[in-house]
Amino acid sequence: MMLEAFSYFTTVWFDPSLLMLVALGTFAGIYVGAIPGLSVTMAVSILISFTFSWEVYSALSLIVGIFMGGVYGGSRTAILLNIPGAPSAIATAFDGYPLAQKGQAGEAIGVSTVMSAVGGFIGISVLAVAAPTVSEFALTFQPRDYFLLAILGILLVGSLSGESLAKGIFAGALGLLIGTVGLDPLTAQERFTFGMIDLWGGISFIAVMIGMFGISEALIQLRHLDKTAVKQKIDRIVPSWASVRKYLPLSLQTSSIGVIIGALPGTGGDIAALMAYDHAKRVTKSPEVPFGQGAKEGLVAPETANNAAVGGAFIPMLTLGIPGDAVTAIIIGALYIHGLNPGPMLMVDQPQMFWFIVGALVLANIFMLIFGLTGIRLFTKIVELPRAMLIPMILMLSIVGAFAVNNSITDVYWMLGFGVLGYFMKLYGYQVGPVILGVILSRLIDENWRRAIISDRESLSELFTGIVTSPLSLLLFIAVILIFVSQTPLWTRAKRRLFSRAPDAAP
Amino acid sequence: MNKDMTRKPGEVVFALLLSLISFGAVWQAYGIAGFEALSSPGAFPMAVASVMVISSVVIAVKTLRAKPDTTHSFFTDVLPPAAAMMIVFILLYAIALKPLGFLSTSLAFLFVSVLILSRRGLWYSAWVSLVCLAAVYVIFRLVFSVLMPEGIVPEREILAFIAHLFEGTK
Repeated sequence: MMLEAFSYFTTVWFDPSLLMLVALGTFAGIYVGAIPGLSVTMAVSILISFTFSWEVYSALSLIVGIFMGGVYGGSRTAILLNIPGAPSAIATAFDGYPLAQKGQAGEAIGVSTVMSAVGGFIGISVLAVAAPTVSEFALTFQPRDYFLLAILGILLVGSLSGESLAKGIFAGALGLLIGTVGLDPLTAQERFTFGMIDLWGGISFIAVMIGMFGISEALIQLRHLDKTAVKQKIDRIVPSWASVRKYLPLSLQTSSIGVIIGALPGTGGDIAALMAYDHAKRVTKSPEVPFGQGAKEGLVAPETANNAAVGGAFIPMLTLGIPGDAVTAIIIGALYIHGLNPGPMLMVDQPQMFWFIVGALVLANIFMLIFGLTGIRLFTKIVELPRAMLIPMILMLSIVGAFAVNNSITDVYWMLGFGVLGYFMKLYGYQVGPVILGVILSRLIDENWRRAIISDRESLSELFTGIVTSPLSLLLFIAVILIFVSQTPLWTRAKRRLFSRAPDAAP
Repeated sequence: MNKDMTRKPGEVVFALLLSLISFGAVWQAYGIAGFEALSSPGAFPMAVASVMVISSVVIAVKTLRAKPDTTHSFFTDVLPPAAAMMIVFILLYAIALKPLGFLSTSLAFLFVSVLILSRRGLWYSAWVSLVCLAAVYVIFRLVFSVLMPEGIVPEREILAFIAHLFEGTK
């Protein structure tokens, strides 16, 4: 058994073409993630669309590389330009940019690279150890648990990252609705097809994804055409062993935060990084430099956490089929298209896939370390590419990507439609992440809801009794209610009343 | 609620439009199976559409209450000419992609958009668009072997000719 897993694990290591694809993916992820405005989500959504005709191992190699590289790549621009290349690098800018201003950009990049790799390895180890157990546990899940868990995921993504809960919920519901278009998978009844046969198969998930993350991002970037990169002199990059050792204890703590947050459905690297930064601030008693002015601890914490969250995010993704954020939602969609079925049965039916992914992740992490510590000159060149040239190219790749999946122009029109919708949504403060999560989870929620209610003989009270009597269901149910209530005005009013009373009671 | 909240130009129209779509979705969802059963194919769509209605109405009311932002205007800050133009270009690209083929359509698209966006002249745009297209073609068409519409350029013949040339030199 162990030996078998090990041989699957090393598949990617000894196949030159797969090895190259992981390297290529990591490289592309780092550089796309590093260009301000081009997020890892955009890179994954556009590049993934080109892999659908491939064999599944090759596609997975590229996808894993892009994900790993992209999460790391965002830190580069956070340090050099104070513009996080990805949401997970927001916290990196707090202390990374001050370091660059002091002329220590090279050192900052070096520390963040090595620490990202440390975090990445810890995340992957936890994935390798925990996923088999979690998936065994997940086999005992009832349909209602899946239903609640998926709702929880969408609610978390909708409420944590947006400016308003109503907008987050709307976005999630819109995604769920888009996911229901087409023939009902259980009864083959038409839903939202308006009598058009073209809509029987549903709206292509790729079209929604590329529209929302490729086209709309690129259109928004058009607004900042004249922003240019600040040139930085970068000296020594490879950090000294002493400094790595010094931050190792902290990095172990913040990596654990990253894995746990990453493994929760609905939370990903961005939240993990912010929480780790906060943790570092609390536990570092006497930093050499105050936080916010270039403390290396403030760089170590988010960088370890967001890469550790990658391994963490794969746990619910592979064992439950529930994504933690927009990127993992896209990867789940890609796995479906490649005929894989992420969920507890994946580990039982196709353990080779699981160990292959773990192997590819480790490899991507190593490539990230190599590419991160070299190629600085090329990097500055790429970041300085004029946007007037980049944006048309992204748009072209988006169109071709959307077209290539089904060879259908209809998909391109859908993509454009969702691109324009996503553009306005973003400008008016709606999150687009929940939309893609909704599209992916729609079928899972629909099917599990119906299974749950049918097994309870169409009776809501029986369903509710079932929820209350099962510890897991009850826990999930309470979590859903808590998230919802804590974001509504009701809660703030209650809190205000509580806090205003507290001082009266004190004397 | 935050009193200082302002709304961007066009935000009210967008919010109302979303509400309208949501109401339409409920109507359509009701048409699937009515209130037949909790496990009917229409139950989940109806629940989701209802959530959309509730949240979009909340958003619309909040947006209507917010102070209008008078310092920005729709066509300079929300949908500037460059963005509107690119949307039209993408549409034209999609229409022309199949009849004219990937190579010619992409070249035209890249050339015109780089020309307008960079404002750096004909030669610069022509050169940049050619290099970009060549890079994309080599990576995606040749290395990743993604199939793209051929259109008016006899791509296969050209590729065969080049392959033949290399064979000749061996």
